[in-house]
Amino acid sequence: MTPEMQDGGGELSAPTIWLIAVRDDRDRVAFGRLFDHFAPRLTAMMLRAGLPRAQAEDLVQEVMLTAWQKAGQFDAGRAQASAWIYRIARNRQIDHFRRNRRPLPDAVEMGVEDREDDAQQALALGQETGHLRAALAKLSEEQRAVIEQSFLGDLTHAEIRQRTGLPMGTIKSRIRLGLERLRHELKELR
Amino acid sequence: MMPQVTHHIPEEMVQAYVTGALPHAFSVVVAAHLSLCDTCRAAAEAFEAVGGIALETLPAPTGDGADMTELRARTLAALDTLPDAAPEPRPVAPYPAAVMAELGNRPPRWKSLGAGIRQTILSHGPEGSVRLLSIPGGKAVPDHGHNGLEMTLVLQGAFSDHTGRYGPGDVQVAETDIEHVPTAEPGPDCICLAATDAPLRFAALVPRMLQGVFRI
Repeated sequence: MTPEMQDGGGELSAPTIWLIAVRDDRDRVAFGRLFDHFAPRLTAMMLRAGLPRAQAEDLVQEVMLTAWQKAGQFDAGRAQASAWIYRIARNRQIDHFRRNRRPLPDAVEMGVEDREDDAQQALALGQETGHLRAALAKLSEEQRAVIEQSFLGDLTHAEIRQRTGLPMGTIKSRIRLGLERLRHELKELR
Repeated sequence: MMPQVTHHIPEEMVQAYVTGALPHAFSVVVAAHLSLCDTCRAAAEAFEAVGGIALETLPAPTGDGADMTELRARTLAALDTLPDAAPEPRPVAPYPAAVMAELGNRPPRWKSLGAGIRQTILSHGPEGSVRLLSIPGGKAVPDHGHNGLEMTLVLQGAFSDHTGRYGPGDVQVAETDIEHVPTAEPGPDCICLAATDAPLRFAALVPRMLQGVFRI
């Protein structure tokens, strides 16, 4: 089954399932699948940032190894594998290009109650991310290019866009509300 | 326990942090605020979801660049010899991990600015500077204006000015040419994390010519 087939149906994406297997079982086959899925895309991301091929590959390797090392921090109720890997990749790029290390928020301690919640939260997050993906896919080529440039482009010319505040709620429902609202904003863009 | 945050970070700055567009000094303040504010953290994670989708839809390299066999073998082989991840900076109240990282995991080394006000410069560069400021309870920070953007996060205590009251976790974003006189609330020292993209102009406390010396 491809990740695309699962996304949007309120099911966990395949990469998210692989990352959970890496987290819980240190599953190397699952890690290999994560690599096959993300390494080509991460390579494209690093090349876009202007890195030569060899250096891009080194960074991709570091990103994947960091994912292996830090899988214990992955919370499927807060992020899908793609968002989590994106964060690691951006961290690595910024550390590469800047003099100072990228400042990061405090790690969130995962309590037992979070794990119990995980499945339901993760499914709801998966569904919302699917809707957001669909909304992004309906944008014009030009609008998508702006978003890609901002999130994946080189780190010197990113554009800051005006946005409004997020509604209140618990953190996980807020993430989904945030996703939902982003999706509505995207709809209005069209 | 999370503080009750009422003054948040403008969402475009959260997005700029997530995408990497924000200069270092402001990124320190955003990362510290995200540690204290679930609302803004959720916004950041929502933006990361967009980043994840953008990553997933990125076409893989073609032609010469398409072959991942060698890199795959190299990466999987490295799992066997991978050292444990370096320990990440941990928060030490009232300083979030991002501040502890800037401090090199040591307590701040305060320098007096006079009148009981102290500062610790965390980083200072052409793109901006970020510092800790400690203001005794009940004291006013001397009248000052800005040449650029100033972002101030309260870590301990509280201050007020004509724009409102700022307690732990609250962020004040002051734009160009705002003159303000923040006053610390009576009680413990008010400790703030402040980033600027231009030198502050203190009107009273430090003569202008000395600002270069104090880097304020």
